[in-house]
Amino acid sequence: MVKRTVAALVAVVVVGFTAGLAMPQDDALRIAVEGAYPPFSETLPSGEIVGFDVDIARALCAELKAECEIVDQAWEGIIPGLLERKYDAIIASMSITEERKQVVDFTEKYYESPGAFVGTKDVAVEITVDGLAGKAVGVQGATVSECYVESNWGDIVDLKRYDTQENANLDLTLGRLDLVFADLFTLTDGFLNREGGDAYEVKGGSIADRACMGEGIGIAVRQDDDVLRERFNAAIRAIRASGVYQEINAKYFPFDLYGAAP
Amino acid sequence: MTDLATAFSLGAQGWGDELLAGMATTAQLAATAYACGLVLGLAGAAAKLSGAWLLRALADLYTTVVRGVPEILILFLLFYGGASLVRGLLQDLGHTGPVEVSAFLAGAIALGVVSGAYSTELFRGAILAIPRGQLEAGRAVGMGPWLRFRRILFPQMLRYALPGLGNLWLVMLKDTALVSVIGLNDLLRVGYIAMGSTRQPFTFFLAVALMFLVMTIVSMIVLHRLERWAGQGVRRA
Amino acid sequence: MLDLAFYQKIAPTLLDGAAVTIGLMAVSVPCGFVIALPVALARVSANRFLWAPAYAFIFFFRGTPLLVQLFLIYYGLGQFAVIRDSIAWPLLREAWWCAVLALSLNTGAYTAEILRGAIQAVPHGEIEAGRACGMSPALIYRRLILPKAARLALPAYVNEIIMLLKSSALVFTITVIDLMGAANLIRSRTFRIYEPLVAAGALYLAMTFAVTRVAAWVESALAPERRPPR
Repeated sequence: MVKRTVAALVAVVVVGFTAGLAMPQDDALRIAVEGAYPPFSETLPSGEIVGFDVDIARALCAELKAECEIVDQAWEGIIPGLLERKYDAIIASMSITEERKQVVDFTEKYYESPGAFVGTKDVAVEITVDGLAGKAVGVQGATVSECYVESNWGDIVDLKRYDTQENANLDLTLGRLDLVFADLFTLTDGFLNREGGDAYEVKGGSIADRACMGEGIGIAVRQDDDVLRERFNAAIRAIRASGVYQEINAKYFPFDLYGAAP
Repeated sequence: MTDLATAFSLGAQGWGDELLAGMATTAQLAATAYACGLVLGLAGAAAKLSGAWLLRALADLYTTVVRGVPEILILFLLFYGGASLVRGLLQDLGHTGPVEVSAFLAGAIALGVVSGAYSTELFRGAILAIPRGQLEAGRAVGMGPWLRFRRILFPQMLRYALPGLGNLWLVMLKDTALVSVIGLNDLLRVGYIAMGSTRQPFTFFLAVALMFLVMTIVSMIVLHRLERWAGQGVRRA
Repeated sequence: MLDLAFYQKIAPTLLDGAAVTIGLMAVSVPCGFVIALPVALARVSANRFLWAPAYAFIFFFRGTPLLVQLFLIYYGLGQFAVIRDSIAWPLLREAWWCAVLALSLNTGAYTAEILRGAIQAVPHGEIEAGRACGMSPALIYRRLILPKAARLALPAYVNEIIMLLKSSALVFTITVIDLMGAANLIRSRTFRIYEPLVAAGALYLAMTFAVTRVAAWVESALAPERRPPR
């Protein structure tokens, strides 16, 4: 009994080690997505990750004729993971910002999005110094939303940082937050238009802030990876020209996500 | 009630199969990390008991630092900082290709480093508990160092250390939950994802907690048997 | 190589975080003890209706990860409208109080187990002696068992406080910016990994060292006979 137990344990450990050490033999392109940012990226009960980002990733891979592997990575470690070569690119609704450009390179934008405040319909909120004073505002940490709220309203609001947007939304419904601030599209389609979202609304319209939100949403690659970046750039233009992009766009949003041409 | 049944069902609609897979990841991660910890612990104990002051000092530094700072901090440091260290090292050695350390292995090594500090102390205590005379007797009958280790030191050390090692395993099982923060799909992270998508946090975290309890209970049963086995031939009062 | 200017820049944020960590400890440790004492007494009782719930409480909180307990309390309790409408909600609304609750319950369970061991380790002869002198059970507890158990439990209890200090680093996952949270904030903003984590590690090390020093002093104060003669 004991010997068999020990043998079984040894087997488990050996499998663990070899599974962990397996070097990437194939040349598959590995792309990180977040899996908790609906409708751009979300995990289904089946374990499958779906969403706009994932569809774009697959379309780009098809365009590049590359074999792709979609990797699920928490936002928290998504840039370090790229630098550690756990994957080769990030397609996770990441805004192109100066701060991030210090450590990674970006492709051209593949969509553009403003931000917005969302709160309960019961309470009127003005997006002014007086209106926001003392309000508990939730954002996802290490995002352009955090940057925007902190640099514009940081002194007067009670800013709370979450590891996923879903958790910030959850705390809004629990009443811990007065407002959340995030990308307008993830708030409308990932929260307001879903079950339980009808008691909430956008406060004060959409907000574009170049200083924090940068020049749109791009694909992040490592800084030495110019070849991959250019291939992605060409592929983005190709799927926009062929109509594949518009098809994906229409699947999730009734309006044009890409915005003005660069 | 039917909602609950759907939420935990095994198919594409429910989270049951994902939770079970997460449980398997947790168990495997714990076992791998534990094995790392035992190896580090043996090496640490040997260093602490060795005559070389440098080895002793290094081992002391290791156990003091690791036992004095939060596990999660060590995990972050090794997880985010460790791989670039390894890559730099390999590049210095002339390796140019991509180096990949999977999240699983990085997590296991980081947890192993934590657990190794505690098992170092355990092994050190257990070795010191073995009467010196027995080792001297071994030398007197002409046993070599390896034979003395294998026949006298190791089996008795194991018996002395076993209760502590059992505890350490139970601690390790729970510590694996930390890797969910760095994005490994262990039991807790599956619960976390399920919560985000279903907005039923209590239901899923309670399920995760109960699954951890099940693993603890199974471990306790196995540990009890192991202790009985290791205590064979020992006189009881 | 060693970027001192950077350390200087992040020091205020880290110290703010350290203050939050110390505040959490200052509330959770006493609360945990207040929970632990009755649980330990119930646990050693012969009455099944007393020890069974105590056993279940200890088993649950020692058998599951603190991280799960934190999530269960912070995100989980809000699932129920009953709790959201209750008088406890203004407190549970605050992440800080959720952290205190989770840490207190967790350390309460571990401390109860330590106290149980210590109570059961009090030599039987001393209790019999108390009984022979005609002391009531309550008096025996107050005068004999608890003081002796306190001294027996102290080393393990100090260990538990250090463990709690280290575990408190998990509260950053529920939006409390403690020392670890501050380090993470800096890390995610500057993309520098080593400096914030190493600095936070040094501060944690200093705190655990301070706890062990204070504990050594308390221990010698509680055991005058073991102090070296002056």
